[in-house]
Amino acid sequence: MGSVQDPAGTTARPDVPPTADPAEREEGKDRIYVATQRQLIWWRFRKHKLAMAGLVVVAAFYLVAIAADFLAYSDPHDTSAQRASMPPQPISVLDGGRPSLFTHPLIGQRDLVTFQRTYVADESVKIPIRLFAHGYKYKFLGIVPTDIHLIGAKGAPTENSIFLLGTDELGRDIFSRLLVATRTSLFIGLAGVAIGIALGVILGGISGFYGGITDVVIQRMIEILRSIPTIPLWMGVAAAVPHTWSVERVYFSITLIVSVIGWTELARVVRGKVLQIRDEDFVMAAELVGSKPRRIIFVHIVPLFTSHIIAATTLALPLMIVAETSLSFLGLGLRAPAISWGVMLQQAQNIQTVALAPWMLVPVIPVVVAILAFNFLGDGLRDAADPYS
Amino acid sequence: MLRYIARRLALGVLTMWALSVLSFVIIQLPPGDFITSYIARLSQSGGTSAVEEVAGLRRAYGLDQPMYVQYLKWMSQILHGNLGMSFSENRPVADLIGERLLLTTVVCVAAIVFTWAVALPIGIYSAVRKYSMGDYLWTLFGFFGLAVPSFLLALVLMYVGFEVFGVSVGGLFSPAFETAPWSLAKVTDLLKHLIIPAVVLGMAGTAQLIRVMRANLLDELGKPYVVTARAKGLSERRLLIKYPVRVAMNPFASSIAFLFPQVVSSTIIVSIVLSLPTVGPLLVTSLQTQDMFLAGTIVLLLGVLTIVGTLISDLILMWLDPRIRLAV
Repeated sequence: MGSVQDPAGTTARPDVPPTADPAEREEGKDRIYVATQRQLIWWRFRKHKLAMAGLVVVAAFYLVAIAADFLAYSDPHDTSAQRASMPPQPISVLDGGRPSLFTHPLIGQRDLVTFQRTYVADESVKIPIRLFAHGYKYKFLGIVPTDIHLIGAKGAPTENSIFLLGTDELGRDIFSRLLVATRTSLFIGLAGVAIGIALGVILGGISGFYGGITDVVIQRMIEILRSIPTIPLWMGVAAAVPHTWSVERVYFSITLIVSVIGWTELARVVRGKVLQIRDEDFVMAAELVGSKPRRIIFVHIVPLFTSHIIAATTLALPLMIVAETSLSFLGLGLRAPAISWGVMLQQAQNIQTVALAPWMLVPVIPVVVAILAFNFLGDGLRDAADPYS
Repeated sequence: MLRYIARRLALGVLTMWALSVLSFVIIQLPPGDFITSYIARLSQSGGTSAVEEVAGLRRAYGLDQPMYVQYLKWMSQILHGNLGMSFSENRPVADLIGERLLLTTVVCVAAIVFTWAVALPIGIYSAVRKYSMGDYLWTLFGFFGLAVPSFLLALVLMYVGFEVFGVSVGGLFSPAFETAPWSLAKVTDLLKHLIIPAVVLGMAGTAQLIRVMRANLLDELGKPYVVTARAKGLSERRLLIKYPVRVAMNPFASSIAFLFPQVVSSTIIVSIVLSLPTVGPLLVTSLQTQDMFLAGTIVLLLGVLTIVGTLISDLILMWLDPRIRLAV
């Protein structure tokens, strides 16, 4: 995936930050000489419309992930055969012209010909929906215990009343599960990337700084890793995670496995940059005052291209998310009771489910949107990373 | 040129060695050895296993010896063409894998052919008609091609196929041909069924290649030799095909080195969604039943398939590009 080029092909090379007013532009010329590097990067980045959109979407995703339990209304683990495989049910927002949130109770029946469960709304009864209602218990941000949710049904259990995106085969609410899954999938990507950065910067730094045989060995290692089909390999490793392990341990091991995918590209970026900077005068100066190589690499060289590392990280994140989703989809990654996009999609593997309950395919949308947003953001960051070019 | 070939071959051998070690690690990873699980399964199904039989099995597979001896034993067996036994199926691994591996190769090659056949003309079009409506449309397509993981694309296609066309997408053969011996009719049937897997697997690569081709060709189009050719009065079409496209195609050819591992990787998951009789579903079940001999061998063979594919593409590239052929 290394050859992703500038998507819009519109990387202008401005000497001047974009401003609408010509007079202001004159002023801008002076501004640019005193601007800090961070400001320059931000100005360059701001020009990239798709990247800005990506930034907004990614930020929204993480906000949703953080507030997942608050935004969810049903307990994502609460199963019930009474409401299995229910299609999405709308919420009414108007009651005879007056704004009011309510829904109707649903009565499940079994079709006597196809034996499929069908649901009919009872229009005569209204279940009002309250904002900031009490629901299942959770810990906000993992610390504050509470049971307040954005919405909840009044007078009836929320689990049996609101189904924005329908339910799965076990009667669990897909909307609520999707929110919790977003949190799992996005943070497993972050954790994986953190380990990937560590590996990439250390190995790439060493490879570029020392050169010679060390460089050859590390470069061959990367080449070999990149030429092997990864999915079968990670499947093999993931399958060895014992079934008896707790959810947290499985989560941790899958993060580790996933992270081993993302570091090679980063190592190459870091190596290239270190090679470029190694011969600069300040490096020699540092050597002459007796700095150790470790200090030179990590204190003097690496901070110079932090922005490149951030860009490469953003581009590595979608790879991790796809890796986790694929593994869980195959039943080799996270396992129930953990909820992630891959775990949810696992239920939609066969043609029966897809044909009879297409709403189970909903997690496809956040996966695709998240990957697109991360790619746009990463492309924009990469173009902006070197504002002097 | 010989030096170039030798270098590629050496790297290929090194990669295969690394791969064999990794596959061996995968076989060894689950707790206990496969005899343990074999015996567990035997006693579950009511069979008894004498202590001597267990010891005999362990000796036959060299499980009582240190790790590196086990590895060497396994390797020498494989090099002699003996892929070992599958413990869950009680059949030689070679029997189980044979045809499936062939079909995996067929599916992968079909995906690559699709990628090339589609990406080349679109890439040229996008470069020549830069910033036109069509160019933007293809750029948009490229974004989605890159962002949609192939197995999700397969899932969505399956849904669309069922809802809109009322057909169940999937499989590589019509039911009539599934167990039939190979014949011309069966091959035709296979080709018909290949289209959907090829599209699904080729989508991501096509998106990448369109961008590569577009960027390469744009670099070439501004060069003086193009102007010269145009001044000479060459028709635009001939000029394009004869000079800049040929130059721009070289990095295009080398892209197979990263395309092939990607495609082989995705085949596994896509095969499960589209129920293709490749090694993918076999790998998943073998991992689920901890039939590690079978799983390790599949991982190894998939890797070998990738390495050989990459090697062949390197040789094609050398044949295409005199700069590589003559430089080294």
